[in-house]
Amino acid sequence: MAEVTLKNVSKSFKSTKAVIDMDLNIPDGAFVVLLGPTGAGKTTTLRLIAGLEQPDTGEIRIGGDRVNDLTPAQRDVAMVFQQYSLYPHMTVRENLAFPLKSPILKTSPDEIERKVKAVAEVLHIPHKLDNKATELSGGEMQRVSIGRALVRDPAIYLMDEPLSSLDAKLRADLRVELKRIQAELAATLLYVTHDQIEAMTMATHVGVLDEGRLVQFGTPREVYENPRTAYVAARLGQPRINLLPAGLFGGGHPPNAVQIGLRPEHIETGTGQPADIVRIERLGDQTRLHLKFAGHDVVTLTDPHTSLRPGETVAIAPKAPLYFDADGQSIT
Amino acid sequence: MSAHSITAATSRAKWVAGTLVILYAVITMIPLAWILMTGFKSPSDAISYPPKVVFEPTLEGYVNLFTTRTRQTEEFLAANPPENWADEIVRQYDMVIVGPSKFGERFLNSVIIGFGSTFLSIFLGTLAAYAFSRFRIPLADDLLFFILSTRMMPPIAVAIPIFLMYRELGLSDTHLGMILLYTAVNISLAVWLLKGFIDEIPREYEEAALIDGYTRFQAFYKVVLPQAATGIASTAIFCLIFAWNEYAFAVLLTSATAQTAPPFIPTIIGIGGLDWPAVAAGATIFLLPVMIFTILLRKHLLRGITFGAVRK
Ligand SMILES: Nc1ncnc2c1ncn2[C@@H]1O[C@H](COP(=O)(O)OP(=O)(O)OP(=O)(O)O)[C@@H](O)[C@H]1O
Ligand SMILES: [Mg+2]
Repeated sequence: MAEVTLKNVSKSFKSTKAVIDMDLNIPDGAFVVLLGPTGAGKTTTLRLIAGLEQPDTGEIRIGGDRVNDLTPAQRDVAMVFQQYSLYPHMTVRENLAFPLKSPILKTSPDEIERKVKAVAEVLHIPHKLDNKATELSGGEMQRVSIGRALVRDPAIYLMDEPLSSLDAKLRADLRVELKRIQAELAATLLYVTHDQIEAMTMATHVGVLDEGRLVQFGTPREVYENPRTAYVAARLGQPRINLLPAGLFGGGHPPNAVQIGLRPEHIETGTGQPADIVRIERLGDQTRLHLKFAGHDVVTLTDPHTSLRPGETVAIAPKAPLYFDADGQSIT
Repeated sequence: MSAHSITAATSRAKWVAGTLVILYAVITMIPLAWILMTGFKSPSDAISYPPKVVFEPTLEGYVNLFTTRTRQTEEFLAANPPENWADEIVRQYDMVIVGPSKFGERFLNSVIIGFGSTFLSIFLGTLAAYAFSRFRIPLADDLLFFILSTRMMPPIAVAIPIFLMYRELGLSDTHLGMILLYTAVNISLAVWLLKGFIDEIPREYEEAALIDGYTRFQAFYKVVLPQAATGIASTAIFCLIFAWNEYAFAVLLTSATAQTAPPFIPTIIGIGGLDWPAVAAGATIFLLPVMIFTILLRKHLLRGITFGAVRK
């Protein structure tokens, strides 16, 4: 396991700037989650580290050594692809053994057998080991491709939305398993996801990408509680943060504030100004209150046994909210 | 059922389609069946009019194809009884077998040149197609067009320059010369077909292999080649069929050493003209390798291409 550093790394595809001037430091043993909307450059970042793309400028270091000129094999990274790509002409067992048989690792057959078995157990696929890779469900394929990374002990694991096509239960199980394995091996992991729970529960650090730029990097709590921009604030939190005109609740905001950011915990109900209840959405684990306040939509949470009904009004007031200036920068 | 349903055919439609397919198969099979039958006819049955469909089969054509024979005096024939069944067949014309014919040699030439050029076309074609498919090559589109342009006129149009060139280079009537010539003709087809197949193979497979610790070349043969097997098999069949059946260049450029079977077979002379049963026997045997090759590779042709393991 090793520390991975990107310094001033940029990568363009023709006119598209996929990654712009990125500085990223992934400490040894860290579990870093990259967040960002589609097209933000998450996959490209992973591919740059893996050596599948060459940066236009900048430097990539793994374990302190500059790796820009090394082949993917020499970089000693393991990657789970977003398009999980099992070798279709091989069985699950052969797929899992493939990295171990490489000329670089040259593992003994006993050792291969042992590791493949162990990984198959973790991923709940031991009964599928002799299936052809094409004879699997989407979720099984995804687990095998995670397994193909986990059989190795690389400098860094790169995982591109590895749990995206699993059902909720399996996803929760594997989330715990991945975190456990990562902690046990003290593995360094760079992980892309759109899933807020994955980001918050597994990450030691979260990096938020916006059109190729790394706009914030910190612990999940830091990024959640002190987002540097309104854009970052909107990436974490469910329901999404409410971004409203700063003066909507009257004065008292910083003079240069343009937007006020309200997460559910920033909204006090029962005091303040009246808002119309449009809809109550019961999601099981949370109950969302959709409000109309001075012509703006506001979403907050409420008690599951609430007696509120659509059509009624409820008083709301901001409580220690976030403020953003004209450029969307946070004001503290 | 809606008028636009394409899932279920009516039984009437199936019946019509089945009949048409069988009819087509029968029509295309008739010449082949005729050649097969003629090979087992006696020379007089072979040229009888009206043509005989029912006849007494004989191996005379095959014996004549593989042997050279000479007429002998009655004393000699009486003194030397026939040694085997083949000898017995030729005795009816007062002849004895004196040695093998050139057919075996010509056939072997066809095998060497046909399979040799097919192998070379596929080998070079796969590497070139892979490079065109995966790497950024300067002027790639122009190069591909140039490669294709070699097929924009019939190859025989350049027969005379090639004839002169081969004579200068000492490639006339050599196996190497014919292998190179057929490879040159086939390679454009091979590159284009194979590039299409390789383009269809997702890059992620090789990229995964590169990350899994393999070199580019290892990834190519461990991951890409098995995926391209279907394409390689069908391309190989096309290349072999062309090289195997090629007649015009073979007539022009080969004679004593490297002559292939196509120019040889129609020249088999029997008593009083062409020996039709022997020609038919030669044609029958000549058909076999391509047929066997195609049947062996059929599994790959029909297997379809497996893209199931990549999430699109
Ligand atoms: N090989 C390529 N050629 C051209 N453009 C590319 C290539 N790869 C990525 N891009 C572009 O670079 C940008 C970043 O792409 P990237 O795949 O890194 O996004 P992403 O954050 O992984 O998105 P998603 O969440 O949809 O997977 C996009 O605009 C994409 O169109
Ligand atoms: Mg991506």
